Amino acid sequence: MSRALSYRDALNEAMAQEMRRDPGVFVYGIDVGDHKRIFNSTKGLVEEFGSDRCFSTPLSEDAMAGFGLGAAANGLRPVHVHMRVDFLLLAVNQLVNMAATHLYGSGGVMPVPMVVRAIIGRGWGQSFQHSKSLQSWFAHIPGLKVVMPATPRDAKGMLIAAIRDDNPVVFIEHRWLYDVEGDVPEEPDPMPLDGAQVLREGTDVTVAATSWMNVEAVHAANILARHGVSVEVVDCRSISPFDADTVLKSVAKTGHCIVADNDWVHCGFSAEVAAQVYQGCFGRLKSPVERIGYAPTLCPCTRPLENEFYPDARDIIRAVERKLSLSESDLTGEDFYSYENKFKGPF
Amino acid sequence: MRTPDQANTIDRGAAGLDRRELNVALYRKLYLIRAAENSIRKNYRSDVMKTPMHMSTGEEAIVAGVCQALAPSDQVLGTYRSHGLYLAKTGETDRFFAEMYGKATGMAKGKGGSMHLTSPADGLICTSAIVASTIPVAVGAAFANKVQKNGRLTAVFFGDGAIDEGVFWESLNCACAMKLPVLFVCEDNGYAVHSPAGQRHGYDSIAAIAAKFRCNVFSEETTDAEVIHDLTRAAVGSIRTNERPSFLYLKYYRYLEHVGVNEDFDQGYRSRQEYERWAKVDPLKVTQIKLGQWLSQSDIGELERPIDEQIAESVRKAVEAPFASAESAYEDLVV
Repeated sequence: MSRALSYRDALNEAMAQEMRRDPGVFVYGIDVGDHKRIFNSTKGLVEEFGSDRCFSTPLSEDAMAGFGLGAAANGLRPVHVHMRVDFLLLAVNQLVNMAATHLYGSGGVMPVPMVVRAIIGRGWGQSFQHSKSLQSWFAHIPGLKVVMPATPRDAKGMLIAAIRDDNPVVFIEHRWLYDVEGDVPEEPDPMPLDGAQVLREGTDVTVAATSWMNVEAVHAANILARHGVSVEVVDCRSISPFDADTVLKSVAKTGHCIVADNDWVHCGFSAEVAAQVYQGCFGRLKSPVERIGYAPTLCPCTRPLENEFYPDARDIIRAVERKLSLSESDLTGEDFYSYENKFKGPF
Repeated sequence: MRTPDQANTIDRGAAGLDRRELNVALYRKLYLIRAAENSIRKNYRSDVMKTPMHMSTGEEAIVAGVCQALAPSDQVLGTYRSHGLYLAKTGETDRFFAEMYGKATGMAKGKGGSMHLTSPADGLICTSAIVASTIPVAVGAAFANKVQKNGRLTAVFFGDGAIDEGVFWESLNCACAMKLPVLFVCEDNGYAVHSPAGQRHGYDSIAAIAAKFRCNVFSEETTDAEVIHDLTRAAVGSIRTNERPSFLYLKYYRYLEHVGVNEDFDQGYRSRQEYERWAKVDPLKVTQIKLGQWLSQSDIGELERPIDEQIAESVRKAVEAPFASAESAYEDLVV
C-alpha cells in the first residue's frame, strides 16, 4: 500500500521503521533530539526509542563522526545527522581518513555500517556557509558511497538501504525537497544505492540531474512539452557509485545531454557525467554536453543576488532550446519555484 | 590523583596472578616487543620492509602494563607508533611481520603497513597515521559497549601531541558527558615529532586539566610495568565503580628517531645524556631486576628463548609468503 507522503515524513518513517527492525540503529547529531527535530525529520524518535537511540550531541562534529565509526565497528548502525552539509566539513578527517579506510585497513574484516545524513540549505538568505552541496568532494573518495534522493519514495527507500548497507554512506538531502509530496509505500522498501532512474521519459534531449535540480528539470520538461519539445529527465540519485549506463542509454536515444547538477560546475559531478557521456556516446552526440550548476561565485545572502546564484527551470529550458536551435519561448505567466510558496524563514 | 603507594596496595593482577606470575607475564610482553623491534632494526636496512617504522622501543612498559591489566575482551586503539600495543595485546607475530614485509598474509594483506595494525579478535580495533584520530573512535566504541552491556572497556593510546588536536578535547568532553567506559592513555615522550612540549603547550599539566573534567585521573612517571599495571587496575576499577572515564598520564622516552630505526641524538633537538638517564631505568632492566627475586639469569633466558624462536619463525614465514595479487588492491574497499 502506498499513499502520498512528504519527503520529510518519508525520511522520518524510514528512520522509525529501521529503528523498530534493528535495535542497533541509532540517530544522533547536533539538535537531533531538540524540539525542532531536524526540520521534523526525527520527530517521534526520542519518544518511541528513548534518548539512548536518538540524542543530541556536543557541538563536536569531528569527534562525533569518529564516534559513529567506533560504534559501527562494534556492531551498531549509527545515523549521524548534520543540519547543514557545511558542518560536515568539520568531520572530513574522520569520514575520509578513518571511516572510508577502515574496511581496507582491516583486510576486509571490519565493515563500517554508518550513515551520514547531511542537509543542503537554501533560501531565506542562507548565504555562503549554509548553502554548499559538496557531493563531488565525498564521491571523490574510494570507500564512501554518496547518494542524493530527489523523491519521497527514494528518500524512504534509499535511507532504509543506506542504514542496512555495511559501508559508510553520505546521504544528502535538499531542504526544499522536504515539502515535496509523492507516493511512498507504507512497508519498508529498500531502494538500490547504485542506480539512476528515468524520472520522465522523452525523446529530444536528456537532462541528467541531481537532487533538487530534478524538480527543476521535470518542471522545465512540462513547460517544454507544451511547446512540442520532449525532454527525458534522468535522476542520477547515486553519485558514488554512479550508474552511468542509465544516462548513456538515454543520451544514445536523444543525442543531446544537459547535466543539471545541484552544485558548482568546476570540478563538480557534472564534469564526471559529461566525461562518461563523451566516452560512451561519442559518435551519437548531436551537440556538446552542456552543464548547468551554481554560478561560479559564493552564495550571496540577499534575494536578488541569490536568484543569480541558483540555476532553475528557466536555465534548463534555455539550454534545451539552444541545443535544438529553437528560438526562446515566451515564459510569461509560467510559475517557477520560489521558497515563498511553502518555505518561510528563518530556516 | 593516585600515588604509587596507593596503587601498590593492589596485590593481584587482572588475571588473578600473584606478583611473581604477574612480573613474568609482563616480562614476556616487554621482551616480545623489544625483540620483535630488534629484528626489524636488524633487517630494515636491507629495504625489504618498505613501510615507515615508528618504533616503540623505550615505550614497552606502558603498553605491557596497561594491556596486562585489561581483560582479553577489552578493546584498544592506538597510533602510528603501535608495534608495542599490537604485540602486547595480541602476542601474535605471524600477521604482524607479514604486514611489515608487505605480504598477503599480513592483517591488511600488506595494504596497511606498520602504521595500520588491527586484530579485532584480540580487541585491537585500529591504529592510525593521523594524530589523535582514533580517540573519538574509541569513545564511539565505548558507547556501543555500554549500550550492549557487554562489560567491555575501551582503552585508547595517544601521545602528548594528540592533546594539541581539537578532537582530543571534543572526545574527552563527550566521554565525560556521556559517562562512557573509556580509558584514555596519554603516553608523553616530550616531543610531538621533534617539537618539545614547552614550545607547544599553553599549560603545565594535562593531568591537572583533565582532573577538571568529570573523569578519574591517574598520573605516574615510571618505567616499571608492574606499577603501570597496578595504576591501570585502579583506573579500570574507577571506571567500573563511578561510571566515569579514566585518564592515565604516563611518561616515557622514545629511544629511536621519530620515524626510522636509528638513533638521532646527533640531530641537536635532544641529547644522548637525556637518553642515558632513561636507559638506566630501561623497562626490561627494571623488570629483570624484579624477577631476580624469584628467577635465576638462566630462568629468565628460558622465558626469552621461545619468544626469540617465535619471532624467527614469523620472520621466516613473512619472508617466504607471497605478495597479494594485483586484484587485491581493489578488494576490501566496500562490502
